[in-house]
Amino acid sequence: MIVQRSRLKQLIPWAVPISLILLWQFLSQIGFLSTRVLPAPSAVVLAAIQLARSGELFRHLLVSTIRAFSGLAIGGSIGFGLGLLTGSLPIAEKLLDTTVQMLRNIPHLAMIPLVILWFGIGEEAKLFLVSIGVFFPIYLNTFHGIRTVDRGLIEMGKVYGLQPAELFWQIVLPGALPAILVGLRYALGFMWLTLIVAETIASDSGIGYMAMNAREFMRTDVVVFSILMYSLLGKIADTIAKFLETNLLQWHPSYQIA
Amino acid sequence: MIRPNLGAELHLLQLSQIYGQHSVLRDLNLEVAAGQFVAIVGRSGCGKSTLLRLIAGLERSTSGRILINGEPLRSLNLDARVMFQDARLLPWKRVLQNVRLGIRHRSNDRAIWALQQVGLEERSQDFPLVLSGGQKQRVALARALVSNPRLLLLDEPLSALDALTRREMQQLIELLWQEQRFTALLVTHDVDEAVALADRIILLEAGEIALDLTISLPRPRDRSHPEFIRLVEQVLAQVMRSNQTAQPIFEVSTLR
Repeated sequence: MIVQRSRLKQLIPWAVPISLILLWQFLSQIGFLSTRVLPAPSAVVLAAIQLARSGELFRHLLVSTIRAFSGLAIGGSIGFGLGLLTGSLPIAEKLLDTTVQMLRNIPHLAMIPLVILWFGIGEEAKLFLVSIGVFFPIYLNTFHGIRTVDRGLIEMGKVYGLQPAELFWQIVLPGALPAILVGLRYALGFMWLTLIVAETIASDSGIGYMAMNAREFMRTDVVVFSILMYSLLGKIADTIAKFLETNLLQWHPSYQIA
Repeated sequence: MIRPNLGAELHLLQLSQIYGQHSVLRDLNLEVAAGQFVAIVGRSGCGKSTLLRLIAGLERSTSGRILINGEPLRSLNLDARVMFQDARLLPWKRVLQNVRLGIRHRSNDRAIWALQQVGLEERSQDFPLVLSGGQKQRVALARALVSNPRLLLLDEPLSALDALTRREMQQLIELLWQEQRFTALLVTHDVDEAVALADRIILLEAGEIALDLTISLPRPRDRSHPEFIRLVEQVLAQVMRSNQTAQPIFEVSTLR
């Protein structure tokens, strides 16, 4: 009785999406929804199987993933490095922070026309855009994280004779880590967002290209499937970030595993 | 077990500290014998915490000198350990690793020994998050004592604890002081605490020593003893008197 009830409770969150999909399938089947507007869920599944069989799916998926994480590595490490610098050295903050804050207010996607002029539609364009997209959240949160490390702990470290390098590794960096990981999570969101737009506008491979190409042939099933792929990739990135948080921040009150 | 003369000898010569227009310590002269337990009492802003910061080497004095065992203090005082008002444990390190901060590059045994001294060896693998306020301060005490310091500076370490825990901590500090014979400087608001623990009470008033009182009651001290009560009243009366005559001075940022 109790077991059944708890199983029922687990199913509750799925009730709405499952009903919606069933309704969608029903409306498509009776012809109420045109395939040109929205393909039936079954058609999306068939498209997925077809793309997987031909190997096209994995090729595009791999290209997109490599782009996303290369951009994250480049933009993220520059943002992290600069954030450490401006966070720890007042002179670096004075020199750089105003500039960065000004640039931050430019939506990075507004640079697409310029980026295409610079790099064409090659890999550099996508890497550049993703790097800029992830740079700001990582930079800002690293800077903020370092600035908000408890001064009392740093003073304690000094009293206990910690050298500057030890102060950094043992106190400043772990103290800033929660904020840095928040930045990483934001950056992951920006990473996919930027890549989707970049691949849709200027590309000849990747999931975004797959979707745009399918549009030309009125393959709404492939378009919808591409969109679903993005949400899956986003979810995977978020799970990685969450995994890092729960493992690195065991000591933090907000990440207690009850 | 007891190593004689382990504590540091402390000389303050004409020590002054001025922040902008405001002089916090004025020509302070003080001699503390090795192994002595000195309590520094006084109102907020009387310069107690500034004095402690100077002796810890966290700040340079405007003028005057500090001698530790006859040697002038030039930078951070490596003989000294400080216990702050808050425990200041690193929340991302487990208890044992926090204690090891006091003796980096040395073995765990010593850190475990220090935790045993404060009765917390079974919590060595916990994060500070799950400890109570009193337990955190005990870990901070273990961290301070693990390196066998010659001078322990206590900046109102018990003021945030409840009355019962505070009493327990006072007994623990007294016990460890008797065993290890370091020199102790305790800054406190609590006159009762000062009389219970100290060999000597210094009352600071507007940056100057207003009272230097030797307490020779036998230990452990009985707080209901008439002499104990008389001493508390005497110090309190002096504090109250200074309350009326002293000019109001602004609160200098203390060890936060």
